[in-house]
Amino acid sequence: MAEMKTLHVFRGDQSGGEEVAYEIPVEAGMVVLDAVHQIQATQAPDLAVRWNCKAARCGSCSAEVNGKPSLMCKTRVDAIEGEIHVRPMKAFPLIRDLVTDVSWNYEKAKQIEPFAPKEPAPFTMYQRDVERSQQFRKCIECFLCQDVCHVLREHSAKEQYFGPRFMIKIAELEMHPMDGADRLHFTSHQAGVGMCNITKCCQEVCPEHIHLTDDAIIPLKERVADREWDPIRALFHKTAAR
Amino acid sequence: MAQRAQALTPAPRRRKWEWPWWVSPAGTVTALGLFTIYSLWETLTHSSGQYHNYLSPFFSPDVRAIGIQFLPAIWVVWAPLLFRATCYYYRKAYYRSFFSDPLACARPERPGRAYTGETKLPFVLSNLHRFFFYVTVVVMAFLWYDAIRAFIFPNGFGVGVGSLLMLLNVILLSVYTFSCHAFRHLIGGGLDCFSCSRGPILRYSLWKTVSKWNQEHATWAWLSMFSVWATDLYIRLLISGVLHDVRLF
Repeated sequence: MAEMKTLHVFRGDQSGGEEVAYEIPVEAGMVVLDAVHQIQATQAPDLAVRWNCKAARCGSCSAEVNGKPSLMCKTRVDAIEGEIHVRPMKAFPLIRDLVTDVSWNYEKAKQIEPFAPKEPAPFTMYQRDVERSQQFRKCIECFLCQDVCHVLREHSAKEQYFGPRFMIKIAELEMHPMDGADRLHFTSHQAGVGMCNITKCCQEVCPEHIHLTDDAIIPLKERVADREWDPIRALFHKTAAR
Repeated sequence: MAQRAQALTPAPRRRKWEWPWWVSPAGTVTALGLFTIYSLWETLTHSSGQYHNYLSPFFSPDVRAIGIQFLPAIWVVWAPLLFRATCYYYRKAYYRSFFSDPLACARPERPGRAYTGETKLPFVLSNLHRFFFYVTVVVMAFLWYDAIRAFIFPNGFGVGVGSLLMLLNVILLSVYTFSCHAFRHLIGGGLDCFSCSRGPILRYSLWKTVSKWNQEHATWAWLSMFSVWATDLYIRLLISGVLHDVRLF
């Protein structure tokens, strides 16, 4: 007899909704996305859920499992004590059930100046110069960092702050040894790096274990401080080779 | 296939037991609150932190040597205090614990509160962190001098509990100071291209080392705060005659 588990899954849309309880048999190695699929297959065929790879690579199945922003495909059912509550990401407009509209992120991405090479490719680059950018390229765009960021989630400051995902995008470009664009004014004023109060929640939920705060947001804040708060460094930067 | 592969993996250990979400902010408020009260008491009610060859970190450098007699600790502690107040780790700690911004990750906040992050006064002044770092490095030089002097007794070299405390304190303070994000930026983080700079291997190695220390910056922040507390308290108890220094040799 398989062990039974109760999943409370949010059902509803922008007009309202509530958690609905489903009993499912637990199988070995089952993840929350498996459980949701089982509910979809046997009890609620109209349950809306976005998913794709089921291997923690595509970033589609982001949701909140017992209040914690998580990838459903990476969250083991047998690692959770007691009942499981699955809700959609709070920071984005709800479409239906577990599916949210994350298109705001793509609009923000378009506003960031793309890679602007200093010279035509191919480049000669050393590993020590590109390893910071490589870390940021691990991002799978699950937007869990955006969901947990209290600036977006609790204060709805989407006009003032692009969120941690785009801070690492900007950092990736700014730290690239062959990039010639200057995004610091943009980072400070349009992207709103000053809105982040570095509470590191984004870093805690990242399924790729990217050090968003320590390696991207804080270095960006320091670069902005070079420009806007430190006249000595600003002068030095103008004269020294970067 | 993906499902089968996952089914064959061994079941993970049960999710490790975690403290309730409120323990961390409550602990931070208690520790930082008590340290602040202690610091105020120490700096505002004492005119000296000297006990023979031991000098409390609250009173180093000893400004009485240049004729300042009025609350000598005040003239010293502002720099390390502001260095800590603008430290990226402590900012996280007090934003969460004292301002509930947020109290814990994904916890609801009080609705209707205006939030401006670090874009308005007073928090925008955190951008001055590097300047407090520069001053703190000067204070560190004095603390190292004091720590060495703590091993020199009237009858020559010796080791007392106070000497060891002062040495441990200055080591922890040094690691905390030089693992800070501002120093990490200064030493190489501000570069886009290490290979294009002067001394690329050295700068990259230094930046890597500081980055490694920086990962434990929170640990160094707490340990160094407690070591300052313990060192000062020990010397204060020696001055007041409650304790007698134990000489190991």
